[in-house]
Amino acid sequence: MPSPKPAITVADLHKSYDDHEAVGGVSFEVAEGEIFGLLGPNGAGKTTTVEILEGYRTSTSGSVSVLGFNPAERPRALRERVGIVLQSSGMYRHVRVREAVAHWAGLYPHPRNVDEVLAIVGLDDDAQATALVRTLSGGQQRRLDLALALIGDPDLIFLDEPTTGFDPAARRAAWMTIKRLRELGKTVLLTTHYLEEAQELCDRVAIIKSGKILAEGPPDTLSEASARYRVSWRGEDGTLISEEVDNPTELLHRLTGDAIARGESLADCSVVRPSLEDVYLELTADEASEVPQ
Amino acid sequence: MSDTTLAWRQYRLERKMFWRNPTAAFFSFVLPLIFLFLFGAVFSGSQANLDVLVPGIAGLSVMATTFNALATQMTFLREQGVLKRVRGTPLPGTSYLTGIIGSAATNAVIQILIIIVAGKFFFGLGWPKNWAELAIFTVLGVACFASMGVAFSHVIPNFEAAPAYTNLVFLPMIFISGVFFDVAHVPTFLRDIANALPLVHVINGISAALVTGAPIADHLSDLAVVAVWTLACVILAVRGFSWSARD
Repeated sequence: MPSPKPAITVADLHKSYDDHEAVGGVSFEVAEGEIFGLLGPNGAGKTTTVEILEGYRTSTSGSVSVLGFNPAERPRALRERVGIVLQSSGMYRHVRVREAVAHWAGLYPHPRNVDEVLAIVGLDDDAQATALVRTLSGGQQRRLDLALALIGDPDLIFLDEPTTGFDPAARRAAWMTIKRLRELGKTVLLTTHYLEEAQELCDRVAIIKSGKILAEGPPDTLSEASARYRVSWRGEDGTLISEEVDNPTELLHRLTGDAIARGESLADCSVVRPSLEDVYLELTADEASEVPQ
Repeated sequence: MSDTTLAWRQYRLERKMFWRNPTAAFFSFVLPLIFLFLFGAVFSGSQANLDVLVPGIAGLSVMATTFNALATQMTFLREQGVLKRVRGTPLPGTSYLTGIIGSAATNAVIQILIIIVAGKFFFGLGWPKNWAELAIFTVLGVACFASMGVAFSHVIPNFEAAPAYTNLVFLPMIFISGVFFDVAHVPTFLRDIANALPLVHVINGISAALVTGAPIADHLSDLAVVAVWTLACVILAVRGFSWSARD
């Protein structure tokens, strides 16, 4: 999705540590107002990449630009326009939720309204807003993380595994919140190892593994890229049969024809398009961990 | 908002949070008082001993409220990722640290005032003889031990180990620096070690201010030793500063 002015540009980014290369030549762009996902297994280089963009780490080589700034220089003007939800970061224990968000508001030149932000993240009832941070549940702490990232009214928000460890209901709620960011016109770069999350939220996804991007594009087109249909049905002897085909028309025609000829119904017949999950598993599978067919 | 305003806001938040944490309040205020009254009871027959004890406990308090407190707090903030979170905001690091260190300094001042009052009403010391001298040695002592605490936090591997590490420095230093007894009774080699360390000099200065009323001019060498330690600790604290825990 080429844009006249991308919010983030990453070109041939490398990051090496003493004995291994965490990021090995990653390039991508994130357009303004876009929700972009870095999807990959643990240790793929997602967090390293994001932390370089956030200014926490420096790259070994390659170039990055965030809202037109070089994040390695950590300019204050950039920090004023960026909200960060780290993968894990603690908070003062003896501060109240509302107090913390109000304190953070004071750090930014044009903060959002504190109550509005508490409402966006769902910490706005009285008991929650006045609770001490140390008494919050994991999910509530994560919502506070998001509130602290949003209070400065940032143009760009980094979300590093925002829902890891959430139960399904909490995850749905977090997704609603992140979708609201899109409505607010924010640019979001999120990392996740949940496919569903990428599929649900992202305009575009880059699948990353061992520090390299394996595929990139809108979630739908990524699944089309290896577009084989899986057709399943119950055979005459009652066993479930499935077959992968490029085009299911002919196979379905044959199956229905046979069933009609036998005067039976075609039981348990399904036609499934590969999900992003299938593409993801195919791309990120290690030879070692591949399950024999 | 100016950097100074930001530091002031951070300071106010730190104060609020400090009072909400009773254990921290207990250790910084009550423990030195327990020492003061226990040893005070032991020495109650001798004004000479009390004259050593009260400034000694004042010196101990300066160290405990700054060195111990900050070494522990910085380890916690770093390990928990609070520092990393703060680093991602526009808050300048200097404003942030000024707020935190200012809060520790406030505790030191509160503690000194409590000890002065206790000295006056329970230990026969009277009011301080030289307030300016008291202020100078307190401020320099706070600067020295606060920067030492921030610098030392980089040595502490994790939060659970923080009390052990800080006590490893704190306890020997208070025992050889004449907190509880006159350094004159200490073996020479220990006295030499103590004299190379800053605490004994902070206590000398406070003692002059509280007990003898000797002018600052008589304690310039004490001032110099503390100043050198302060400079060294500030350099170590700044040079070694890291915003996130070692991976």
